[in-house]
Amino acid sequence: MSIAHEFEYAKPASLKEALAWLARPVPGGAVALAGGTDLVAWLRDGAVSPGRLVDLKGLEELRGIGLRNGKLWIGAAVPFAEIIESPLVRKHAPLLVESSGLVASVGVRNRATIGGNVCSAVPCCDSGPGLLVHEAVVHVATARGLRKIPMKKWFLGPRRTALAKGSIVLGFSLPLGRHAAAFAKLKRYRGEDLAQASVGVRVDAQGAWRVAYGSVAPTPLRGPKVERLLKGVKKPDAALLKKAAALAEAEIAPITDIRSSDVYRRLMVGVMLKRAVKLAAARLAGRGPAYGINVMEEDAQ
Amino acid sequence: MIQEIAIRLNGEVRRVAVAPNETLLDVLRGKLGVKTPKEGCGRGDCGACTVLLDGKAVRSCLILAIEADGQAVVTLEGVGKEGPTALQKAFLKNNVFQCGFCAPGMILSSAALLAANPQPTEHEVREALAGNLCRCTGYEPIVATVLEVARKSAKKKTASRRARS
Repeated sequence: MSIAHEFEYAKPASLKEALAWLARPVPGGAVALAGGTDLVAWLRDGAVSPGRLVDLKGLEELRGIGLRNGKLWIGAAVPFAEIIESPLVRKHAPLLVESSGLVASVGVRNRATIGGNVCSAVPCCDSGPGLLVHEAVVHVATARGLRKIPMKKWFLGPRRTALAKGSIVLGFSLPLGRHAAAFAKLKRYRGEDLAQASVGVRVDAQGAWRVAYGSVAPTPLRGPKVERLLKGVKKPDAALLKKAAALAEAEIAPITDIRSSDVYRRLMVGVMLKRAVKLAAARLAGRGPAYGINVMEEDAQ
Repeated sequence: MIQEIAIRLNGEVRRVAVAPNETLLDVLRGKLGVKTPKEGCGRGDCGACTVLLDGKAVRSCLILAIEADGQAVVTLEGVGKEGPTALQKAFLKNNVFQCGFCAPGMILSSAALLAANPQPTEHEVREALAGNLCRCTGYEPIVATVLEVARKSAKKKTASRRARS
């Protein structure tokens, strides 16, 4: 089945031109196109019907991974395959190596971008928990200049973000600092699937924990109660993990849908949190498997 | 808004007029006469429409043809241009496929994997093929054959290195 809806296509070569294409009126409005793995599927479904697509893949500003102003920079149009391969991401934000490796399949990861993933802003967005625990900042270009939006203010609801109409996400900056992390994604089967639930955790050298969940609320969200409980603990014991799991189950708001029941999601988030915390603690101590595993398929001990 | 694009299809520059809402898969099959990429799910889940875009395995059902302007596209027709590759011969010898609907995607995904990583582990093979669904084989013969081809190419390399030294 092809795409029935008709639209214009523009591929600007500069940011200024791209903003102009997004601003120029057209019936149905203009939307930005990055990897297209969500957008083209939605166009086929008739879920969206814009009058114009503005392809951002020609913009230099959205490409590349690097260190900028003492922070890790990831361009919005960087595909997941490039994140997985990047030595800089592996060094400074290895959680994103682990979460990106669990996005769909190789054929999708070669195309789908991190910027597109957070702009689609579906509740199961695989990049959400990782960017939240890194307290990343979203850099946005608007007609009036550059804006910075902290990740915690980014997600407003399912498919809704703080991105103002007509503006463009340039990329993400992530603060640096010694830490360990882990990402757990629950799927119905091996191979590609959307998350039934996901948990990202990050712990720094002082034992300060950051926790975030995906697919268990209208948006990816932080877990402040679990973070407070674990504060300062670098080697959590079984009793503390049990308490943390109970708190995790209480600070999420899962629903029942085609992939899972709310009860299953809630209970599994407890299990996943325990595994992810144990794994991150082991990695902080210099043990544990290299980043890029599927925590839910391998024994995390 | 019809626009002419140029893609390097299996090594040959092809010009074709496309509308923005035509997918790469639509144009390959409907306008360029290349029939090995299949439409399975039409939403990026099944891998039957896999092609190589600038050397990388992608879903041609999720890419607009107009996005591929100026890029190189390889389909199965391009892989076997000079006769079947070692991978294709091994798939044939082991009678790997049954209905064959997934075969073009499987071969392209495997070829892309072996080009980037000539000695993959079983896990890496399964990961590379995880997005290519097959409803006949249960995957085992496909994975085993990709590993077999990788092993043989390693032996060949060792042998030629020995012959040179």
